[in-house]
Amino acid sequence: MSSPLTYTNSELLAILRDTRTIAMVGASPKWNRPSFFAMKYLQEKGYRVIPVNPGVAGGDILGERVYASLAEIPEKFEMVDIFRNSAAAGPITDEAIGLAKEKGIKVVWMQLGVINEDAAAKARAAGLQVVMDRCPKIEFGRLNAELSWGGFNSGIISAKRRKLRLS
Amino acid sequence: MSDKMNRKSGRDYGFETRMIHAGTQPEPVTGARQTPIFQNTSYVFHDAEHAASLFNLQTFGFIYSRLTNPTVAALEERLANLEGGRGATCCASGHAAQILAFFALMEPDDRFIASTRLYGGSITQFGKTFKKFGWQADFVDVDDPEAVRRALTPKTKAIFVESLANPGGVVSDLEALAGVAREAEIPLIVDNTMATPYLCQPFDWGADIVVHSTTKFLSGNGTSMGGAVIDSGGFDWTRNGKFPGLAAPEPAYHGLNFHETFGDMAFTMQAHAVGLRDLGATMAPMHAFQTLLGTETLSLRMERHCANARIVAEYLEGHSAVAWVSSAALASSPYRALAEKYLPRGAGSVFTIGLKGGYAAGVKMVEGCELFSHLANIGDVRSLILHPASTTHRQLSEAQQAAAGAGPEVVRLSIGLETVEDIIADLDQALAGAAA
Repeated sequence: MSSPLTYTNSELLAILRDTRTIAMVGASPKWNRPSFFAMKYLQEKGYRVIPVNPGVAGGDILGERVYASLAEIPEKFEMVDIFRNSAAAGPITDEAIGLAKEKGIKVVWMQLGVINEDAAAKARAAGLQVVMDRCPKIEFGRLNAELSWGGFNSGIISAKRRKLRLS
Repeated sequence: MSDKMNRKSGRDYGFETRMIHAGTQPEPVTGARQTPIFQNTSYVFHDAEHAASLFNLQTFGFIYSRLTNPTVAALEERLANLEGGRGATCCASGHAAQILAFFALMEPDDRFIASTRLYGGSITQFGKTFKKFGWQADFVDVDDPEAVRRALTPKTKAIFVESLANPGGVVSDLEALAGVAREAEIPLIVDNTMATPYLCQPFDWGADIVVHSTTKFLSGNGTSMGGAVIDSGGFDWTRNGKFPGLAAPEPAYHGLNFHETFGDMAFTMQAHAVGLRDLGATMAPMHAFQTLLGTETLSLRMERHCANARIVAEYLEGHSAVAWVSSAALASSPYRALAEKYLPRGAGSVFTIGLKGGYAAGVKMVEGCELFSHLANIGDVRSLILHPASTTHRQLSEAQQAAAGAGPEVVRLSIGLETVEDIIADLDQALAGAAA
C-alpha cells in the first residue's frame, strides 16, 4: 500500500550515498527471513552491515559478528536500520539518540510497516534524519533501476542517462 | 534530475509524459534513447554466489527470459505506472494474464465470481478450461451488486469484471463492486483492455488487480500478442487465510513467504517467480518493444478512437437497417451515467449494433465491407468488424451469447482512426448490401 509518508528521491539518494555502515537491529540468521535478504543485498552493494540481535549475539550472520545491542558495537555506524515492530522501534531509537555522537549515527531508518511517530519526532529533535515504512534494499534498487528489472513502478521519470552503480 | 522534478512521484506527471517516459530511461551502458530489444534468453552470473542470490530472490537481476527480460520489464514498469499500480507482470496474451492472475490467488476447489457479460473467450476460458485446475467460475449479472454479494461463498477468492465490456456498450460499476469485494476481503480484478488506463483508472475506484490484453489498444498496431497483470500493491494478502500462494511459506523457495519478504511487491514477485516460471507463458521481447511503441501514442489514439466511434454510433442509431446500437457513448445508453463516471474521456471505440435482418444480415454485412477488416481483434488503428455469433462467440450457447450481448443479429465494430466520413460511407454501403 502506498504510504502517506513521502521522501524525495534526492533525500533518499543522499542517505544511501553518504552511508557506509549500517547497524541492522533484528537481523536474522535464517536465510529465508526478510532481514537476511536485505543484509545480503546491502553487503553486495558495498555497505558494511553489522547485525544486532540479542538472541544470537556472539554468533555470525553473513560473515559479521552479531551484537546484543547498539552500544556493544565497537565501530562507528551512520545508520540504524530497525527490523522490529513499531513499538520496539521506540526504545531502539532512544538508544540510537543516546549513542549518536559517540557512534556517528546520522539516520534512523525503520523498515516497511514500522512507523513510530513519537520516536521519529525525538530523533529529529536530536538532529537525526528519519525514514519510516521503507526498506533500504528496495529504495536502493528503486533508485538504481534494479527494481524496474522486476516490473515494478519505480516512479522515476527521467531522460537523463543513468550513472551505473551496480554492485 | 532536478530537485523540483525529484519531488514528483511517478504519478505526479501527466499521463502523456508517463506514457512516453515511464520505464524507459535511456539505457545506461550505451545511452541508447529508444529501448533496446534484448533478444536474449539468459544472463551471465558474476559468480556462484551471485547466481545463488538471484535464484533465492535475494537480489534483483536477470536469470532467464522466461521469468524476466529487460525489454519486457520496461513495458511492465510503463503499464504499472500508467495504471498507478505497484508492479506489472507481462505475459504471452490476455488469456495468459488471466491465468497468471488467478494462479496467484486460487487453490483447487476455490471459486470466483465473473460477469456474465465478459468477452466470450474469457467466458470459455473461465467456464471450461479453468475447471481442469479445479477453479469454479460463478457467472453473475454484475449490474446488480446485491446479486454479486449473494453469490459469495467462503471459497470465493475474487470478483472479475471488465471496466468496459467486450463486445460493447456495458460499463461496470467499479466502485460498488469494489465495495462488495472489500467486505468479502477478496480482490476485485478488472480487465481494463477496452478502456485502457487513459480512459479508466480502476485502482482509483478500489480495484486491486488489473489485467490487459496488450494486443489491443495498448499496442494499437495489430502486430503483437501480449498480456499484463498489474497489482495495486494495496491488498493485504495476510488478512485472512485465503491466499496461501502469497502469504504462506512457498515450498519451491524453501519456505519463503512472499508477502512477508516483499511486502506490497509480493503479488508481482510471485507472478514472475512462480507464475511465469511454472506456467511459462512469457511475453516475447520483440512484442514488448512493439507494445512500448504503441503506448507512446496511446492518449492521442484513444481520443481519436473515441471521437470517431461516437460519430459513427450516432449515425448508425439513425440508420433504417439498424435495430439498436449498444454504445455507452450514446445519450440513449442505459450505461451513460456509469460511462460519465468511470470513462470521462470517452467510452472507447468498440461497440455493437443489432441488425434488423438478423443472423443472415450480419454475415452479409461483414462480407460487404471494403474498408473494415473482417477479423477477430479489436483496438487496432484500422477499423475492424466481426459477427460474434458466427466467430468469437460461436462456442457459447444461445443463452450465453445473448447474456454476453452477442446474439445472432449482433455485429461488433472496432472503430479505427481512418477519416470518419470514409468509415461511415463503408458501413453505409455494407448495410445497404446486407438489406438487399
